Amino acid sequence: MVQNSQTLLEVRGLCASVNGIEILKGLDFTVKRGEVHAIMGPNGSGKSTFAKVLAGHSAYQVTAGEVLFEGKNLLALAPEMRARAGLFLAFQYPIEIPGVGNSQFLRLAYNTAQAERGHDELDPLEFDDLVREKMKLLEMSPEFLERSVNEGFSGGEKKRNEILQMALLEPSLAILDETDSGLDIDALRVVSQGVNHLANKDNAIVLVTHYQRLLNYIVPDYVHVMSAGRMIRTGGKELALELEERGYDWIEAEAEAAGTLS
Amino acid sequence: MSAVLQNLVNQPYKHGFVTDIASDVAAKGLSEDTIRLISAKKNEPEWLLEFRLKAFRHWLTMTDPGWANVKHPKIDFQAISYYAAPKPKAKLKSMDEVDPELLRTFEKLGVPMHERAALAGVAVDVIFDSVSVTTTYKAKLAEVGIIFGSISEAVQNHPELVQKYLGSVVPAADNYYAALNSAVFTDGSFCFIPKGVKCPMELSTYFRINTQDTGQFERTLIVAEEGASVSYLEGCTAPKFDTNQLHAAVVELVALDNADIKYSTVQNWYAGDENGVGGIYNFVTKRGMCRGINSRISWTQVETGSAITWKYPSCILLGDNSVGEFYSVAVTNHHQQADTGTKMIHIGKNTRSTIVSKGISAGQSSNSYRGLVKVMPTAAGARNYSQCDSMLVGAQCSANTFPYIQVRNQSAQVEHEASTSKIGEDQMFYFAQRGIGAEEAVSMIINGFCKDVFRQLPMEFAVEATKLLGFKLEGSIG
Repeated sequence: MVQNSQTLLEVRGLCASVNGIEILKGLDFTVKRGEVHAIMGPNGSGKSTFAKVLAGHSAYQVTAGEVLFEGKNLLALAPEMRARAGLFLAFQYPIEIPGVGNSQFLRLAYNTAQAERGHDELDPLEFDDLVREKMKLLEMSPEFLERSVNEGFSGGEKKRNEILQMALLEPSLAILDETDSGLDIDALRVVSQGVNHLANKDNAIVLVTHYQRLLNYIVPDYVHVMSAGRMIRTGGKELALELEERGYDWIEAEAEAAGTLS
Repeated sequence: MSAVLQNLVNQPYKHGFVTDIASDVAAKGLSEDTIRLISAKKNEPEWLLEFRLKAFRHWLTMTDPGWANVKHPKIDFQAISYYAAPKPKAKLKSMDEVDPELLRTFEKLGVPMHERAALAGVAVDVIFDSVSVTTTYKAKLAEVGIIFGSISEAVQNHPELVQKYLGSVVPAADNYYAALNSAVFTDGSFCFIPKGVKCPMELSTYFRINTQDTGQFERTLIVAEEGASVSYLEGCTAPKFDTNQLHAAVVELVALDNADIKYSTVQNWYAGDENGVGGIYNFVTKRGMCRGINSRISWTQVETGSAITWKYPSCILLGDNSVGEFYSVAVTNHHQQADTGTKMIHIGKNTRSTIVSKGISAGQSSNSYRGLVKVMPTAAGARNYSQCDSMLVGAQCSANTFPYIQVRNQSAQVEHEASTSKIGEDQMFYFAQRGIGAEEAVSMIINGFCKDVFRQLPMEFAVEATKLLGFKLEGSIG
């Protein structure tokens, strides 16, 4: 494969299963720096599985294929090492961690990333200044720092907290797994602004979503359609509009006719 | 991820070494003769021998309590030696005379003795097997009238005080193990804080069982007179043996008017191996009596060791406006069993009690909270708040809560809250996805879970407890 410094993520023939059931069936996917990708597709097509496999969730077994992240073998790394290497997953359902203070958690995550990059760690006071600054971007109340991680947060608050973490960790690749679900229009606008603010020429963003609505706010360079564990179509942002109008059946039918869908 | 979590919880026990030291061990077996032997060895007054014999005769009529949620083979009380002491050359005059091997042991254990005691500002009484080895800082405490040392010495030097209070909170016939202890106790700490004295430093006792097949039956008695206050710490370890050892202690606390006693324990007796072989049976009766008005007794315990823990540090709130507190973290792993909690008996008016219990179970262990809040008809305006939280680590352990509430005064307010949570794979994944490794994640979750209790501990102990929990749970989440 052709590798240049602009290629951030290169996925080749990835197969993965959970409890013996194959979900990803030979998936190819390439992301370059500075790009925004959207992955769409019907329920059960494997979008969220793909995101979790990249992040290293232990429930999924990779059975074939390879994944290069910044040229390195991503699959050989433990989940925490993938995160430290700059891969970030904004969870579809961020889990609650009672008893663990949000600010303490954010600071540990931040300082771990800083240490990985050879930068100085911040003490609680310095970190407090930084995190409050980032929270303004997401219109979050500082009160969230006092609470336990995600505990008692509304759906929208949890999603903001995810993007706050993205803002702090400054990953080179951020995968946003249905970050738009459960957000009202105002929250969607705020979260999207936050993401757009973080996007730059050196990093990349992958949006996993069901709805074209999000793509009005975060405009993708590429839209991919996933079905039965593979990418079956890639297009520009206008593809999302077409999907909105016509659904997925026609693409799946075309793919089947072309023999790319098993 | 499972494997990582398993490894995390399964750190080896660090205090499992045996000290090679000459011991004076009594022959195994229990009879009136054994008791006479102990009493004679300790040169005790007649009344104490009578106390022991009465307790023993009563014990013979009692049966092993079967109500606790623990399982163990019947204990053969004839297979235990009831007295083991490091052989003293002569009576010790100072720390320099202590067997260097013994000092090295305590050094390994990190006991702040000697100069380190001075640095730490902690007065320590050390109980090795059954006998108090040394007490630091005695002279300095004596200047303000505080008596702190072994209970054996107190029996010799202050018999009137010991006789007055011994058995006044935990009567000799109170329960099976308390009766046994009353019959055969060999040493323990004694602490007396006279009227109006605030103890200027933390007092501490360090217990160590060293000899195989011995039982440890220490007896601790703390009395705080009117307006006195004291904070007392207790730590325990034992070497690894593949036989079970019995530890049946009794602790009695007496608080007179406006007195304040804070009693903190970090219990790390050997817990047995990962297959449940060996370990200490920790069957302990701890009780405090808030005898005076506005008095206060606060128990804080971090229980991480022992094969079986059976322990209910309790408060009898007799004086009006008296306060009882119980803060507990109990961690069980492998095949450990813990049945622990407290009793708060409200007798005086406007008495208040707080119970905060945090149980963490991992491996195949069983962890039960058992508590009684009893409000007597006399206790107008009594209040209790109880919070019992359990955390499960892995899928093969169990957690139980047995709260008993008996209220016989209509003006009482009793609140009970309980929760059960689980460290799950998804929580661990969330931490990992933010770059945080399993060890740090577990420690963060556990510390978060226990913080209401840890903040009650004196600073050095809080640090030790946090570390201990980290070791204890290394490897267990999955």
